[in-house]
Amino acid sequence: MSELVKVQVTVNGTRYEHTVEPRMLLVDFIRHELGLTGTHVGCEHGVCGTCTILLDGKPVRSCLLFAPQANGHEIRTIEGLGTMDNLHPIQEAFREAHGLQCGFCTPGVIMSVLPFVEQNANPTEEEVREALDGNLCRCTGYQNIVQAVQLASEMVASRKAEAR
Amino acid sequence: MKPAPFDYYAPASVDEALDILSEKGYDIKVLAGGQSLVPSMNFRLAQPPALLDLNNIPDLAYIKPAPDGGVVIGAMTRDSDVEHNPMVAERFPVILQAMPFIAHPQIRNRGTFGGAIAHADPAGHLPAVTLALNARYHIRSKNGDRWVGCDEFFLGPFTTAMEPDELLVEVEIPALPARTGTSYHQMARQAGAQALVGVAAVVTLDPGERVAAARIALLSVGETPVLAGRAAASLAGKLLTPETIEAAAEAAATVDTDPGGDIHCSPEYRRHLIRVLVAKSLEEAGERARGKRG
Amino acid sequence: MAGKYLGQRLKRNEDPRLLTGQALFVDDVQLPGMLHAAFLRSDYAHAWIKSIDPSAARQHPGVVAVYTAADLGKIWKPGPLNVPPPSGIPGVVFNQRTQVPMAKDKVRHQGEAVAVVIAESRYIAEDAAAEIVVDYEPLEAVIDLEKALGEGSPLLYEDLGTNLASFVHQENGSYAEAAARADLIVKTHIVMERGTAAALENRGYVASWDNKSQSLTMWATTQGPIALRNGLATILGLSEHQIRVIAPFVGGGFGPKILLYQPEEIVVSWASLQLGRPVKWIEDRQENFGDTSQERRQIHEAEMALTRDGKILGVKDVFIHDTGAYNSYALTIPLNTQTHTTGPYKVANYLTEYRVVFTNRILVTPLRGAGRTYGTFVMERLMDKAAKRLGMDRTEIRRMNMIQPDEFPYKTGIVGQDFAKNVLDSGNYPAALDKAKEMIGYEAFLKEEQPRLRAEGKHVGLGISFFTEGSGVGPYEGARITVEASGKVNLSTGVGTQGQGHFTSFAQVAAEQLGVDPKNIFVTTGDTEAFHWGAGTFASRGATVAGSAVNAAALLVRQKILKMASKILEAPEEELELADGMVRVADIPSRCISLAELAVKANPSRGAVEPGTEPGLEATAYFGPPYGATAYGCCAMIVEVDPDTFNARIQRLVMAHDCGTVLNPMILEGQIHGGVGLGLGNSFFEKLEMDDNGQLQNASFMDYLIPRASDLPPIEIAHLHTPSPLNPLGIKGVGEAGAIPIPPAFVQAVEDALPEYNLEISEAPLSPNRLFQIVQAAKQA
Repeated sequence: MSELVKVQVTVNGTRYEHTVEPRMLLVDFIRHELGLTGTHVGCEHGVCGTCTILLDGKPVRSCLLFAPQANGHEIRTIEGLGTMDNLHPIQEAFREAHGLQCGFCTPGVIMSVLPFVEQNANPTEEEVREALDGNLCRCTGYQNIVQAVQLASEMVASRKAEAR
Repeated sequence: MKPAPFDYYAPASVDEALDILSEKGYDIKVLAGGQSLVPSMNFRLAQPPALLDLNNIPDLAYIKPAPDGGVVIGAMTRDSDVEHNPMVAERFPVILQAMPFIAHPQIRNRGTFGGAIAHADPAGHLPAVTLALNARYHIRSKNGDRWVGCDEFFLGPFTTAMEPDELLVEVEIPALPARTGTSYHQMARQAGAQALVGVAAVVTLDPGERVAAARIALLSVGETPVLAGRAAASLAGKLLTPETIEAAAEAAATVDTDPGGDIHCSPEYRRHLIRVLVAKSLEEAGERARGKRG
Repeated sequence: MAGKYLGQRLKRNEDPRLLTGQALFVDDVQLPGMLHAAFLRSDYAHAWIKSIDPSAARQHPGVVAVYTAADLGKIWKPGPLNVPPPSGIPGVVFNQRTQVPMAKDKVRHQGEAVAVVIAESRYIAEDAAAEIVVDYEPLEAVIDLEKALGEGSPLLYEDLGTNLASFVHQENGSYAEAAARADLIVKTHIVMERGTAAALENRGYVASWDNKSQSLTMWATTQGPIALRNGLATILGLSEHQIRVIAPFVGGGFGPKILLYQPEEIVVSWASLQLGRPVKWIEDRQENFGDTSQERRQIHEAEMALTRDGKILGVKDVFIHDTGAYNSYALTIPLNTQTHTTGPYKVANYLTEYRVVFTNRILVTPLRGAGRTYGTFVMERLMDKAAKRLGMDRTEIRRMNMIQPDEFPYKTGIVGQDFAKNVLDSGNYPAALDKAKEMIGYEAFLKEEQPRLRAEGKHVGLGISFFTEGSGVGPYEGARITVEASGKVNLSTGVGTQGQGHFTSFAQVAAEQLGVDPKNIFVTTGDTEAFHWGAGTFASRGATVAGSAVNAAALLVRQKILKMASKILEAPEEELELADGMVRVADIPSRCISLAELAVKANPSRGAVEPGTEPGLEATAYFGPPYGATAYGCCAMIVEVDPDTFNARIQRLVMAHDCGTVLNPMILEGQIHGGVGLGLGNSFFEKLEMDDNGQLQNASFMDYLIPRASDLPPIEIAHLHTPSPLNPLGIKGVGEAGAIPIPPAFVQAVEDALPEYNLEISEAPLSPNRLFQIVQAAKQA
């Protein structure tokens, strides 16, 4: 066992400080140290996208970072979006379009495309499929995920317009 | 799939990093973006006793113009930052053309330009692209620094000319001459999957539209990124016609390379892909050279 | 039979939890004092174990225990069969060899468990597992199916004296007689390859033995929680009521999670009993490629006898089926192949025969499609070949041989996975063919579009394939429905759920009978404490069998409600209606009582009740069909092949599909989309590359590719509705539909895109590399 290191990190606006082995994968840190189990583990080699989170606003694989690498950084996970009673528009869109079945890959899919949805009010189907290529889903054939992302883009854009 | 234990060093400066490297040498592995290293650690294929994490060194992430019209890219610049940089796009569109093939955006948000080159994966896109662009690599150690040209850098699979106490700090890509066109093509089984073959071509034409210089770099065809020298030489002083292009593609597939097979690709199919993709890249680079730079 | 709730496109009840990260999956279970297991697995496919030395691992700091087969004592024995061999087929050979908890003397596939480390963390457990020393004596591996049955092949089971696991012969009519009078006989040799389910959630178990209550709680990624509980009780020597199995949210099943008595289930629960602490094991992706069951490797020699005008006289199909190192799931898959080969067609003379072979690979159990896929591939390839030889349109030859709507129920005479002689219950096959042709624009594409594209140098082809999906098999499922004093409704059933939307579709079924908003119906699936009778989620039977049980239970509760309300409201039952959580007299809406009030009255706390009164507005009911309902459909697609790279892309895909009554069209379409995704994988990507030594060459998602978003086309679906007569709601299953017709349609389209080579493709998957090789061979021929 190697020397333990201190990890200070802000997740969904809350500051945490934990001391862990440096080899602890960030996804294990988020899930088992912080108890935020909405982020899932699918392959642990960076290919499936299930563990995707936002690190300083950008989607990254949390299975390909060690926990200490998040020290001093800001993380956003699925738990940082809406609540069960008050879904975020992207979550609402996934529900509306039936963009999930078993729901296991869903948090990673949503965190992957959240910045895309925020930046693209009216993406084409091809653009959406490209944006989804970094995430595997075995249930949906992607069809309704594509529709959910298109709907989410519209919903986010119209919320922005309302807010103006 | 959990990594074996290691000691962790995360220096805040290059000097500090070089001190640690000189002390640990073979017993420490540099962690850049980690998008190739961490998977192999999770599979326990790599079990380095210690990691030197460069991610806390802000000084290594930059893209700046070189005086001659080229660019200098800091080793820890994220792939996605290179991908979205207007100067890179303007001066070296071939980098932009290759970027989307590097895994997926989530990987490019973390993976680094220098890390990919130092990793020297024969199937890596950036080693081949920088090889085609005739880049040179700036290497530092505690005892000084040196520049290594791309033709001397890649020695074997995952093996470079760097010593264990050396660190790749930046990559310099020289300006492209006038009437130069570039192109990048690859075949992979799906978006983000490893390329079965990839080709980066840089073609400079003389005022009479004859080939003044050409660099054709291939990936996934050998133990290192491969510069197709005979293919390029076959074009010297010639117009780019379907016939000269076909001859160059044939040279690339039969003289410059002797590709092996793997589960996705038989040697014959790989040879076929080299022909097809070299031809396509030369054709496109030629068109672009006739039109404008890049 | 769409109703107020039934058949409506309702949003799913379970989604808010899944979308906010609040749904419990097995790996989310955290218990105080929980330990973590890591298995040491064999690198060899076939070897004697000479010795295992776990002493260094036992000394490793943080390690609580290390167990090998020798430590398991009397629980070490081959597990029970999941499924018995079929009754009712004469001459069946079945050599039973089931999985063991950990290998003792011999390992029979790469990835087989030989030891387990239980430690304070998974990280430590993996460190220590690497310190276990195993001395193996490697043996030649049995990988090639044909060689495995040959003289002198090494044997997986020396005592058996053969690698033959099974032999089954069935014949309806006489193929020999049909062949003798045929004008044309077409033959084909088909190879389909092994893939893996690759659910995004790997398997996992958390077992927690509580000494004070003398009970074991087990969270498991299983499709069959009740059967798992019952099996574990027998294996561990406990009462069934000492074990509670919970299948919480499960991240995709697709078949392999129905397999019971898997080594890790037994070892993890046993270890918790030994140690008195909770133990968790979560399979990682690398393990999944070597320890979770797989499917789809068969080699067929098939032929079809026809008249010169295209009428099928007979079909003969002789095949070899790879079962891997064990045959715990008996013959479900090859029986499905036998019953699905003739599919929608009238084949009066049908001979089907197979040998099942033990090989040094992980065992084979059903995977979405489950044997139907190969049968369909074989038959559709024969149809294509016959059409070409006879110069007929490929859809015409199919149509003229189809079972007609007035010919149901249609008996094929072949025994299937439920051991009943196969009967196709209902349908309108020609209508589905017409619909698919219309959707893809069959005539216009072939006559106008394709010639125009060819002139532009584009290689674009059309593929069309028909299929049937036997679904909704027995034995039975059950459900219990309770109207609570709050007016909310509780519904529990024994099947587990892996994303099929049961929390919504079952609620819709109950809501229709009870007049309650489905949002107020709380569905529990997969918890043996909530319901403890049932078989599980497999063979596309959840909606059909459990859905019918829910309907039956809801009807009983409805009767109780009406009976009580009739007395209280002083109105005959026929005049009452149930809506909005109330019972009302139809013409006088002010005369009403809420279900909540009725529920309170149905459970009096003091006073007397009439003798024989059952408390509560509650009922339990069961449903079991006489045999399975058969859904069907027709898939058509347009595929473009890049003549330079031999890469193929599906540009459009349509599916005309009939699964009878639809509970929720949104969920139904999702099932088809997902099936198509797997079907594309089986057509193009998914092959586990095994070398001759039994070493898997692509045990990662980097090398074993599954479809991504840009690999799939938009999928257009049309629904036909022929209700099944086999259950009151008229439901047929849909879970596997999408996966079945894609490979034959795909290879047909590829052939059609490259007419200049006159290709005959008889394999799946078809990679660009293979297509290149096939084209090269055709050029040379």
